[in-house]
Amino acid sequence: MILLQSETASYQGVKTLHDIDLQVSEGEKLALVGQSGSGKSTLIKLIYEHYPVNTALVPQDYGLVNNLSVYHNVYIGCLEKHSTFYNLVNLVRPRPEQVEIVRTILTGLQLEEYLFRPVGRLSGGQKQRVAVARSLFQKGHLLLADEPVSSVDEQQSRVVLKQMLNGFSTVVLALHDIQLALAFCDRIIGLEKGRIVLDSPAEALTAKDLLSLY
Amino acid sequence: MDSVYKHSPAWNVSWLFIFLAGFSLFFSDIEIISLEPWQELKRLFMGLLTPDWSNLSEIGEAFLQTLAFAILGVAGGSFIGFLLAQIFHWRWIQISCAFIRAIHELFWALIFLQIFGLHPLTGLLAIGLPYAATFAKVYAEILEEGDKSALQAVSRDASRISTFFYARLPDLWEHFKSYTSYRLECGLRSSAILGFVGLPTLGYTLSSAFMEGHYSVVWALLLLFYLLIATIRYWVRPALLPLYIIAAPFIIANDSTISFDNVQRFFTEDIIPTPIMRGESLSESWHWLSDLLINQALPGIANTVVLTQVALVASGILTLLFFPLISTHFFKPAGRTLGHVLLVILRTTPEYILAYILLQLWGPSMLPAIVALALHNGAIIGHLIGRYSTEIQLRVDASRGLNRYLYELLPRLYGQFLAFLFYRWEIIMRESAILGILGIATLGFYIDSSIQELHFDKAMILIFITALLNVLVDTLSRYLRAKLRLRTNVDCRASNDYCTAKE
Repeated sequence: MILLQSETASYQGVKTLHDIDLQVSEGEKLALVGQSGSGKSTLIKLIYEHYPVNTALVPQDYGLVNNLSVYHNVYIGCLEKHSTFYNLVNLVRPRPEQVEIVRTILTGLQLEEYLFRPVGRLSGGQKQRVAVARSLFQKGHLLLADEPVSSVDEQQSRVVLKQMLNGFSTVVLALHDIQLALAFCDRIIGLEKGRIVLDSPAEALTAKDLLSLY
Repeated sequence: MDSVYKHSPAWNVSWLFIFLAGFSLFFSDIEIISLEPWQELKRLFMGLLTPDWSNLSEIGEAFLQTLAFAILGVAGGSFIGFLLAQIFHWRWIQISCAFIRAIHELFWALIFLQIFGLHPLTGLLAIGLPYAATFAKVYAEILEEGDKSALQAVSRDASRISTFFYARLPDLWEHFKSYTSYRLECGLRSSAILGFVGLPTLGYTLSSAFMEGHYSVVWALLLLFYLLIATIRYWVRPALLPLYIIAAPFIIANDSTISFDNVQRFFTEDIIPTPIMRGESLSESWHWLSDLLINQALPGIANTVVLTQVALVASGILTLLFFPLISTHFFKPAGRTLGHVLLVILRTTPEYILAYILLQLWGPSMLPAIVALALHNGAIIGHLIGRYSTEIQLRVDASRGLNRYLYELLPRLYGQFLAFLFYRWEIIMRESAILGILGIATLGFYIDSSIQELHFDKAMILIFITALLNVLVDTLSRYLRAKLRLRTNVDCRASNDYCTAKE
């Protein structure tokens, strides 16, 4: 599914990843853990650049369009699956069949009441869930999500993560929350200063083992 | 190193420009030639008290024409500019646009008059062409400087058009809209002055009323024009625009036809340099060219530069006098309202009309041009700086009056002031050249005379030189702004008012 061999990557001209060897098989749920600056985001970007096809992405800055409604922001996930004409019509007058699909996804993320509200008027946590909703609408073989629940509370984090893991067979998440990583993923990758220093099944680890990374 | 007091680079540059302007003054002819200038000025202002609306059908027609040319020209320019903005990264598009922009609407009108005569296409292209080039540049900047995070999150397989309409346009729409509506205001001014070269817009009615000494009609026209611009946000509505655009072609339509012989002759004979047409020898051609350069281009360039530099510094001085009039740090609301009225009138009146009026009153010299350019540009930048100053929070124990001006506000505003002034530098130069049409010996004077004498080949070379001069000043201004680290960010365009400085 994913195969990276001695990859390096730079972020803004500074080398942030070194000698990355990573193999991920279909169906695995991976969590990338490590301090901020350890290279989690860069690794997510690196995987996306290698496997852009059929991959849904939740970037750290969400990549939302503030003046468009929640519905349209979610719909952007499927632009390439429709004709330009259909997309333009939908921009002016949302297509009912698409609205229904989006509404279902938003309901699962406790966002349905904001369906037609401009994203610019949402709180940070709501925006984050819109970015997640887009990836769920987009579907695909692989989900890459960079800190997808950093701005939502504990209870909602669990709801959102559950939706994401159910929606995709293979998932790679960057997560700074160790408890969540252990609870939801089956494999943990620990990063430190741009190198992979830990790669282990989740059930073999405890929260204490991971604390050394922080 | 810091034990000795040193002036800032902005201070040094300011004095350099002041000295240059002072030096230029020696070479400028500044005098009042008419016999009773103040008497005439008094008569003019008496007209303000008795505006004459009796000839309503003529006035109404002039306004309809002005509006129709402005709306169609700006709409067309904005559409073409928008398309060009998508390919603005191509170097040759940038260069062509810079060159087209550098030629003033009135010069374009003079060129198209030769090709199409009084056909509506002349006015449309005179506005549309330079506006398209400006729109292309500013739209491209808006696209370039806008937030791209939404764009990067879209799948690369989505079509370009879908991606653009979903991930870029919605968040940049406000920028496009505010800049375009600001340009519509400029378009109204451009359209009005096209009347001075014979199109049926406001300038035509205004100049004939002026020549006949009907100052009451002059004021009726000017007051209506202020009203039109002041209420622009009420009558320019997205829902109404299509209506205007459909109606406009019927308003500007006239029964003149395009003569294809004319078009052909213009490109194959008129603009071909005479020595080449006649197949003259190299030395004769050189004689022709050097005669043009020495006797027309050189004095034209010298006078244009002299006028520009004096007008630039005069605009700066007026700005510094004007901005406190509308600043909350100096005047109470009642006083500021008066200041606003003064600045609105000065910046709404096209500098060409201001110069025309002063020239009629004082006779032909550089003085009317300097005063007109300084008043107009000083009012524009004064308005911007005044608005900007209001955002500055002073501490409760801050000094008052002149001390507050010199110690609290001027130091904080000076960088912004210079940035705006240098933005206007190129615009002032373009206007300086064009004011030659009124009889001041800048490049426009020589261009206009060549056209009057049917020497279009000479006129084209002079217009080309004028454009080069503008591009040069634009480059110099950009260099200075970068050197002085004057702020030039996207916020300049965020609000309608800030755009004014950016052109």
